[in-house]
Amino acid sequence: MSVLVEIRRIQTTVEEIFHEFGPLPGRTERIASVCAVLTNPYAGRYEPDIMPMMEALKPAGLEMATRCLNALGGDPATIEGYGKGAVVGSAGELEHGALWHVPGGYAMREILGNAKAIVPSTKKVAGPGARIDIPVTHINACYVRSHFGAVEVGVPGSPQADEMVLILVMTTGARIHERVGGLRADQISVWDGQR
Amino acid sequence: MPATIRKILTQVDETLIEGGKSVSPPTRRAVSVAVIANPFAGGYRDDLGELTEIGVELGDLLTKRCLAALGIEPGQAESFGKAAIVGEGGELEHAAAILHPKMGTPVRAALGKGPALIPSAKKRGGLGTPIDVPLGHKDAAYVRSHFDAVEVRVTDAPRAGEILVAIAVTDSGRPLPRIGGLTKDQIKGEDGLR
Repeated sequence: MSVLVEIRRIQTTVEEIFHEFGPLPGRTERIASVCAVLTNPYAGRYEPDIMPMMEALKPAGLEMATRCLNALGGDPATIEGYGKGAVVGSAGELEHGALWHVPGGYAMREILGNAKAIVPSTKKVAGPGARIDIPVTHINACYVRSHFGAVEVGVPGSPQADEMVLILVMTTGARIHERVGGLRADQISVWDGQR
Repeated sequence: MPATIRKILTQVDETLIEGGKSVSPPTRRAVSVAVIANPFAGGYRDDLGELTEIGVELGDLLTKRCLAALGIEPGQAESFGKAAIVGEGGELEHAAAILHPKMGTPVRAALGKGPALIPSAKKRGGLGTPIDVPLGHKDAAYVRSHFDAVEVRVTDAPRAGEILVAIAVTDSGRPLPRIGGLTKDQIKGEDGLR
């Protein structure tokens, strides 16, 4: 085995949402995603022990989380939602995508000052240009209703069969015209990652 | 009337390895997209001047968004392109009114230079329709290493009464170009072609 983590391509996206043909809410919701296209070192065979890559992905997780934060201005205090995901190319397994849970999630929680909530995620095996909906929840309490969301991402031409796309998403606030009640961010009180 | 902008999406695509070979420095393509209200959706209008003025506004705004996303000075930009997707309540000519009469001037002003034609694409489409924004060298359209395109889409746009307007700027050509032709160090930069 040569290197376990080889980044071939990085796509960084920022979406600024001003309104959704409703009254201007007086704030802009911003969403950043970072999609890194990596060589899948386990493509084309069954590898029983894939744990070394989970450890090896930690620096890439921190680098991607930092890029995501910087794309939104670099201040951790402005980040309110997050999510993550993976798309594994056709010569790989779904389980290879699962390697991203620990390094991706903990990297974001770390640079956001030990965020409390579990980082919601999706993953799949798919072909080049596949789109995936990355779920988003509040970083400190996953039941905050105004912050339930999802961000569709995809990298044109990737993943090739021997690649995987690893994804991190951060947002700066609630849905732009949120008004369906439920737990609000300013009502978080238990600090158990849920409420 | 300035554009009524619902959202702006700005993306940078950076290639570090292509075909198993290192790309150094990495090639980078930025594209910035505004989703705007189409003031003429749902009816035929002869005078499309309002959209042409929106083209001026967005030419400046989106080019600057691309430069900021790449973190480069205007002089470091190498290729450019533009595109629009008209929602189903509008006409292809609405995209033309934004892209063609006046948009080039603010784009070139933001880049400092750029005598070449800005390559363009347009179509009518529904929500999430992707578009390939064509790319060409900003100083000489025949630079073969910079013939390219960058795909972009906005999941929830354009709605029927909207237009999606995109500008792409790069600081590089294709990764690992090797099919000959005019190279960027051979540019004379006088006629926009060579």
